[in-house]
Amino acid sequence: MFLRLLSDVRWRPAAPRWSGAARCPRSTSAASEAPPPAPLPGQARVVVCGGGVVGASVAYHLAKLGWRDVVLLEQGRLAAGTTRFCAGIVSTARHVSIELKMADYSNKLYQQLEQETGVQTGYMKTGSISLAQTQDRLISLKRIASSLNVMGIPCEIITPKQVAQLHPLINIHDLVGAMYVPEDALVSSANVSLALATAASRNGVQIHERTSVSHVLIQKGRVTGVETDRGKIQCQYFVNCAGQWAYELGHSGDEPVSIPLHACEHFYLLTHPLKEPLASSVPTIVDPDGRIYIRNWQGGILSGGFEKNPKPLFTEGRNQLEIQNLQEDWDHFEPLLSSLLRRMPDLEALQIMQLVNCPESFTPDMRCIMGESPTVRGYFVLAGMNSAGISYGGGAGKYLAEWMVNGYPSENVWPLDLKRFGTLQSSRTFLRHRVMEVMPLMCDLKVPRWDFQTGRQLRTSPLYDRLDAQGARWMEKHGFERVKYFVPPGKDLLDLDQSKTFYKPDWFDIVGSEVKCCKEAVCVIDMSSFTKFEISSTGDQALESLQYLFSNDLDVPVGHVVHTGMLNEKGGYENDCSIARLSKRSFFMISPTDQQVHCWAWLKNRLPNDSNLTMEDVTWKYTALNLIGPRAVDVLSELSYAPITPEHFPSLFCKEMSVGYANGIRVMSITHTGEPGFMLYIPIEYALHVYNEVMNMGQKYGIRNAGYYALRSLRIEKFFAFWGQDLDAFTTPMECGREFQVKLDKGMQFVGQEALLEQKQNGVYKRFTMFILEDHDTDMDLWPWWGEPIFRNGRYVGKTTSSAYSYTLERHVCLGFVHHFDEKTGEELVVTTDFINQGEYEIDIAGQRFQAKAKLYPFSSLFTQRRRKDEVELSGYQRE
Amino acid sequence: MCVCPGPRRIAIPVRSSRLPLLSDAMPAPAHLFPLIRSCEISRICSTACYCHHKHLCCFSSHFAHGHFRYAPQKRFAALYRPKENFNHFIHARDYASTPQRFYLTPPQVNSILKANEYSFKVPEFDGKNVSSVLGFDSNQLPANAPIEDRRSAATCLQTRGMLLGVFDGHAGCACAQAVSERLFYYIAVSLLPHETLLEIENAVESGRALLPILQWHKHPNDYFSKEASKLYFNSLRTYWQELIDLNSGETTDVKEALINAFKRLDNDISLEAQVGDPNSFLNYLVLRVAFSGATACVAHVDGVDLHVANTGDSRAMLGVQEEDGSWSAVNLSYDHNAQNEREVERVKTEHPKSEEKSLVKQDRLLGLLMPFRAFGDVKFKWSIELQKRVVESGPDQLNDNEYTKFIPPNYHTPPYLTAEPEVIHHKLRPQDKFLVLATDGLWETMHRQDVARIVGEYLTGVHHQQPIAVGGYKVTLGQMHGLLTERRARISSVFEDQNAATHLIRHAVGNNEFGTVDHERLSKMLSLPEELARMYRDDITIIVVQFNSHVIGACQNEEL
Repeated sequence: MFLRLLSDVRWRPAAPRWSGAARCPRSTSAASEAPPPAPLPGQARVVVCGGGVVGASVAYHLAKLGWRDVVLLEQGRLAAGTTRFCAGIVSTARHVSIELKMADYSNKLYQQLEQETGVQTGYMKTGSISLAQTQDRLISLKRIASSLNVMGIPCEIITPKQVAQLHPLINIHDLVGAMYVPEDALVSSANVSLALATAASRNGVQIHERTSVSHVLIQKGRVTGVETDRGKIQCQYFVNCAGQWAYELGHSGDEPVSIPLHACEHFYLLTHPLKEPLASSVPTIVDPDGRIYIRNWQGGILSGGFEKNPKPLFTEGRNQLEIQNLQEDWDHFEPLLSSLLRRMPDLEALQIMQLVNCPESFTPDMRCIMGESPTVRGYFVLAGMNSAGISYGGGAGKYLAEWMVNGYPSENVWPLDLKRFGTLQSSRTFLRHRVMEVMPLMCDLKVPRWDFQTGRQLRTSPLYDRLDAQGARWMEKHGFERVKYFVPPGKDLLDLDQSKTFYKPDWFDIVGSEVKCCKEAVCVIDMSSFTKFEISSTGDQALESLQYLFSNDLDVPVGHVVHTGMLNEKGGYENDCSIARLSKRSFFMISPTDQQVHCWAWLKNRLPNDSNLTMEDVTWKYTALNLIGPRAVDVLSELSYAPITPEHFPSLFCKEMSVGYANGIRVMSITHTGEPGFMLYIPIEYALHVYNEVMNMGQKYGIRNAGYYALRSLRIEKFFAFWGQDLDAFTTPMECGREFQVKLDKGMQFVGQEALLEQKQNGVYKRFTMFILEDHDTDMDLWPWWGEPIFRNGRYVGKTTSSAYSYTLERHVCLGFVHHFDEKTGEELVVTTDFINQGEYEIDIAGQRFQAKAKLYPFSSLFTQRRRKDEVELSGYQRE
Repeated sequence: MCVCPGPRRIAIPVRSSRLPLLSDAMPAPAHLFPLIRSCEISRICSTACYCHHKHLCCFSSHFAHGHFRYAPQKRFAALYRPKENFNHFIHARDYASTPQRFYLTPPQVNSILKANEYSFKVPEFDGKNVSSVLGFDSNQLPANAPIEDRRSAATCLQTRGMLLGVFDGHAGCACAQAVSERLFYYIAVSLLPHETLLEIENAVESGRALLPILQWHKHPNDYFSKEASKLYFNSLRTYWQELIDLNSGETTDVKEALINAFKRLDNDISLEAQVGDPNSFLNYLVLRVAFSGATACVAHVDGVDLHVANTGDSRAMLGVQEEDGSWSAVNLSYDHNAQNEREVERVKTEHPKSEEKSLVKQDRLLGLLMPFRAFGDVKFKWSIELQKRVVESGPDQLNDNEYTKFIPPNYHTPPYLTAEPEVIHHKLRPQDKFLVLATDGLWETMHRQDVARIVGEYLTGVHHQQPIAVGGYKVTLGQMHGLLTERRARISSVFEDQNAATHLIRHAVGNNEFGTVDHERLSKMLSLPEELARMYRDDITIIVVQFNSHVIGACQNEEL
């Protein structure tokens, strides 16, 4: 019924291959005329489950890429779920770069879809205006505007007066500014899905409605088929696009696939037309401070929002009936209605048509879920659109289709990768609590260094209570609590809400003193969250396999630690890790925290299936303490009665030794910061003992606790790239100055070798560069975060990937990639050292440009004098 | 209204008439509330009238028990010309000229109202709540300093059932405190089967750990006196030893058990005071307990069986939801005071005809005591000789106290007072949603019908507020907005309180003539200085017990 309200087009099977079962109690005349359902095929290459915009987009793009043997299954009718109710706003104003690209692609796709398919999509380029009621909001909008502009998407920051000129009804008295994106559009979401399905169907995709997947058949960790209520289909690939049912579908089989998402009720209001009907070209209004969006709808308005107190639903599971009967809840909508009337007071007299309750699915981190399951090969997922299904649907479908067809998508989609989650995010209670936080966040100000408050204290170090009592403030990564910094006794920081800022944060001096202590004395940081694997074999299998999978030479003497990339075929970083050779036949591998699922899956899929070769996740077995600073060596030698001088314990070395009473502590002379010091890998039952011993002994050397913010400042000023932040699957060691970590001549083949050889010969197309902000006032100016555009001689050359204040340089340091775009064609050219060095750089922070000095190598003066240069952990950075 | 709804229970006899005073007091309200709307004047005036009347009582009681420095009657008479004093007193505090200073913000009001609130939810087992009681909310608002009301709640562990009670003390809080600590043990013991009593006695005899008899549900402010516990325990033990000896072999009848427990405890209080205690502190304590008094209203709920035992003028009331959703009240107790003709009749039949005139004067027993039944109050129970003997041999504090020495007039055939309760048995029905136990501080300001409605609406809350559906109606955004704002306001006023008893107190103290809570009034009432508070209101103690209709319905079906 409602579908018809939203769209003037009545869809019906446009292609003979569509089928719908006739026995639908709700079916109208259209359905009863439909032919009896076509039989399901016995097999297919791909089965896509879910006929919403996402599923249709995946099928469409698979067919475009030449995979025709695709079956799309929909339990009800096409575009009947969330897609049917979707507000149909295509907005490119997104914070995360990959999301922005997806939305931009979707917009362009939908624009030509009607022409391509002949199906009316209701596409209307109205533009959108995001309002700012506060200065902070305006900064946030300006940051987005900078990103949009460098992508070539027209966008401008406008004054309240200009807003009034663009929209006839809007009340501007409380606005400080706005962002206008003229190319944003409105569509009828259901019809877009139908158009995509029609096009897919023409390209050979079979679409079957009223067919629900009961579970996915899996053998030996691979998808082999799906079981539906109308029979079995054998297939190689399965794509779960079941939207809010994706979680349950993932858990329906024998081997559960964890897809962490949870539905929330979402309300929007439809009105009758205004006396003077609103023109169809009137821009969409997004008022994040008022938590609402307002678009024109058939001469009236459609307005919804993201309330502060969301109503999660379907926590206990699927109830297909309920979605039809969800109640309007006016009392719940009241704050949003107030906000709407405040924004457009003239609407008071407008007549209500309906309050629509349209459940949306949300994910634990506000980003959608895409990619292949880490446990089941051939099981792909695209779901959890966080109420932006229409904006992302086109682009996300494209990336997933590329991923399936080519083995990897054409952009870095790690921020959306299913493997960023593990089973630990799969608890229903966790999801319910987290989405209640996530949904309001859709409208909240997105500031740097923001942490989720729900679903916390899940994974903790055994030292958690001890550190907490000493003033630790916590952030969370992959469910693990990590210390940001320690608030000294007697010092108060701002409340969480008030501490949101784009400027200098209140912890500035606290972190400064922690950094100082790392430089001058010794600090201890609990880094237990890092992912730790042990790989061992009875013979040489471990070494051989690792030599193939990692780019550096791992055939080093026992006791050495090697920094190495785990590269893909294109030479890009799938992981960046440190590997210690514990014995001839066993290796200890340390990777970033959020690699736990991804790295495991990557290695599992590539290690030979050999019972003599074992890999174990030992993350939970060890507590890791990082002793950073020139006096770390003194503390450790006093506690172990062992000589720890550089002669006995050179850099990048690993030894098992005793610390205090505890024996078998794995000590490595690395700190992940470039500072001198040690990592202690301690079996967890000794953790408290060792920590106490270190703190007691360290007292005379001025030891103190430190947190990750200090670590971050230290590593960035040393030009250390971190995987997941600076490095991704599209970055090679050549591009970030880490050629020294690649041993092209190690005497055997390794993954990515060819690509790297080619780069070595032909040069690189982007280069990791360090920028020191020159005319930036730390106290007064906006702080850089990441994602700021970099300008070389006034032209856009790339974006920053991370930034920090360097307490040593007393300057902000940004790290980022510099490209070389041809001035005329825009084609990417080789980036040479000269190109980097011979340029004037500026960094754009929310529209304001700051001069920056580019450097390809870190300041050697920052490394301590106590060790010889060639022993320094990162000596390779020096030019050979 | 001038029947003196809530003055002190014990009035010290005074000769003069009250009328001139009432007129004297008339200017006061204008000073107190210079900003009131005219429509409130009459209401305030009447309040002030009886307030002034209370004023006297207030002073009297202050001297009577507060510190046991009894004002001799001469001094008392002096106090009794208080027009100037009273106004002086007010002016001295600058109370009239800047009333704003006393206005409390809503959070301040809430913190006062919520200071003593307590809630208990009966735990559910495996999703099934086997008790007919869902839980209870209780709260107290003091007017006296310190408060003289007490409350108790406990679950019987050796028998089934839950005990809840409110106790209103007079002439001090000692008796109410003692009764609130001890009465439930006496009831529980009375209910115990012979074998359990034997078991307990054996345990005590051999020094083994005792079976727990009661699980208390106490607010942190509800204290037990440590010093007297040994004494109390010994009395209790004597009681159960007698019960063991008396073993009748019959199953215990709840009604009988309640009556026995009440009478026995009162008897023990009396005996303990007569015997005294070598410890001077305890000796003084037992005398204070005996010479002060307390009413008690106790409910025992076991499945569908609800017994209410009442002594005095606290009240129990059942909230019943009618089929149309409206609320009505059913009384489960009779007040024992001069308004209860049956009670007046009872007193008169227990004493010679010659005393008929002096028995009830000014609606008080012997012209002094408002409740006609009470614990303690040995001045109305003991013979004159006994009173004199005990007072003389008692500690100096007692001896010096004029109040204790004072013998009621026309005191010929004691005892005039009993603690024996009237017990009402009620079989709970699914429509019986809640029980309110409250001291007279509530009942003198609110009619039981209003109480039933306010609690009923609170407990069902917004669940019964129908969701809005637009349907086919023509509604504009503005109209909808107005409607929603109004609904929100209504909800928030209900949800301000998480406790039904607090909600009731808010209404009792803050209701205006329209029956809705008026913050200004509430704020004024709560910001009264300690010395004045008692003139405007009495201590209020409320327990609201919520029943589980499902369990009750199931029990009923079983019985059928």
